[in-house]
Amino acid sequence: MKPPIPKIFDEPLKVVNLGLAMFADNLRAENIDVIHVDWRPPAGGDARLANILAALED
Amino acid sequence: MPIRTEILPSFYQDSVVLMRVAAQVKKEQAVREVAAFMGTDTNKALLAQTGLATSESAAATAEDLILTVDADTEERAASALERVAELLAERRDGGGKDAEVSPHTLDSALRLMPDANLATISVPGEFVRFEALRALRRGLNVFVFSDNVPVADEVELKKEALSRGLLCMGPDCGTAYLNGAGLGFYNVTTRGRVGCVAASGTGLQAVASRLAHLGEGVSHGIGVGGRDLSAEVGGMMTLFALRGLAADPVTKAIVLISKPPHKDVVPRLSETLREIDKPVVVCCLGSNKDFGGRTVNVRTLDEAAHAAVAQLRGETWAPAAFGDPAAVAGRLDTSVGDGDLAGAAVLGLFTGGTLAHEAHLLLTEGLGDVGFNGDLTDRSRKHNVIDLGDDAYTVGRPHPMIAPEIRTDFIRRLSVDSTAGVLILDIVLGVGAHDDPAAPVVEALGDVQAAYAAAGRRLAVVASVVGTPGDPQNLGRQISQLTEAGVHVFATNAEAARFAAMVAEPKLGRKLAGSD
Repeated sequence: MKPPIPKIFDEPLKVVNLGLAMFADNLRAENIDVIHVDWRPPAGGDARLANILAALED
Repeated sequence: MPIRTEILPSFYQDSVVLMRVAAQVKKEQAVREVAAFMGTDTNKALLAQTGLATSESAAATAEDLILTVDADTEERAASALERVAELLAERRDGGGKDAEVSPHTLDSALRLMPDANLATISVPGEFVRFEALRALRRGLNVFVFSDNVPVADEVELKKEALSRGLLCMGPDCGTAYLNGAGLGFYNVTTRGRVGCVAASGTGLQAVASRLAHLGEGVSHGIGVGGRDLSAEVGGMMTLFALRGLAADPVTKAIVLISKPPHKDVVPRLSETLREIDKPVVVCCLGSNKDFGGRTVNVRTLDEAAHAAVAQLRGETWAPAAFGDPAAVAGRLDTSVGDGDLAGAAVLGLFTGGTLAHEAHLLLTEGLGDVGFNGDLTDRSRKHNVIDLGDDAYTVGRPHPMIAPEIRTDFIRRLSVDSTAGVLILDIVLGVGAHDDPAAPVVEALGDVQAAYAAAGRRLAVVASVVGTPGDPQNLGRQISQLTEAGVHVFATNAEAARFAAMVAEPKLGRKLAGSD
């Protein structure tokens, strides 16, 4: 059986950036399609609650 | 000495923007200190440690932004605070093309870009699981730059990715290349035929840069994070990426860059490597394990690039200590000065973790016992290597590749706190890195050389520059700044480390430089 090639190897990048805005700026400078998320800590900054939410979504 | 604090409630801003704004205002307004931190417990402890804590900052929560200024007068402090808030507001309002549609969550971003195929994530480590799981479940590959992510979260994320045929690059992935585009911190190269799998950001940067110098390029460079080949993670992403590159028609040769894999991972890795019908160069720094099949084992990052190019071109190639041994022998005779540094202590101050590790291995081979990640004042070992990008040195501060002060502070302390006579440095260029990394190093070296001279001591400085002619920092200018300051500059970290060992141990020098 031939191993799978990750699909993204053959696709143009379309990026959602969460975190350092610098990374979105750099991608944009390379003419890559990118949306920067004006990110705020989820669950009011409570990491434990965020983890519970992530598990619930499963 | 007025210390003024202002709290911006529920105002999040990333650490790089905060560092840049703080540095700009400190310089513009000539105040003693400007600090801009999110109100996490770690940051509050740091403020307390540096004497900048106030009752307001102590009461801030992790969602609040703490601005603190230490100035000569109340007026100056107030004016600096106002300026910080103004610059942050400007930054928040954007001005970029996304300004009017800046979404606040992944899902709202996906409504604007439903066909997104990659999430780049650099949020604080404790929130990585929440964001990365969400991205994977929505069919996106992920590149996770964040560190401080629990290993259990990494295992969960990688299992989720594999079940969907997606890449999970990281956590703690500094560099990657996909379809010719760089992610994170990367050197500017043209796309080529060499596929890389790297458990190391600076390792991938060093190999991609050497490939560029040799006229080749990277097809895809899959960063997997430093823990992928540990027993816990089991090489999940390394094996997936190797198989993907094996099947990728653009990739003609593969390079694997990592520390030695955990023994439990070795059988699966060996099996995967043996199945690959393309040349594979294996650079597991610190291990000589032969994986068989079409693998070629190399000992250093530059050897990895050379071996891959030789494989691609069907050329023969043999590793050598130096590209130009005669020039090195000449340099040793003329510029080190009558062997007066023979027996000197060698110290490496690195910004790249894998470069530090590689130098440590080579110095240990040449000089015997070499300490790793101790303090400058630690005298338990004569020779030492410090990776200043390690978490232990970066608490509350961005990585030294962005913020050179972490290292320049160490350099300035050498004349008092260290016995070193030979100093090795790495200068890492590329997108994401400091815009002129040689300049602050040269300035700090000027100060420390003066202090050494005053004390009748000598310091030889050896450096390598990781970069390409396409990088924004101007490779030639970075090298010339260093050479003008008397630094011995080498094309690779391995050559710099060997040269440093030779200066401290001249007998070794004659042998390595091939003039004996």
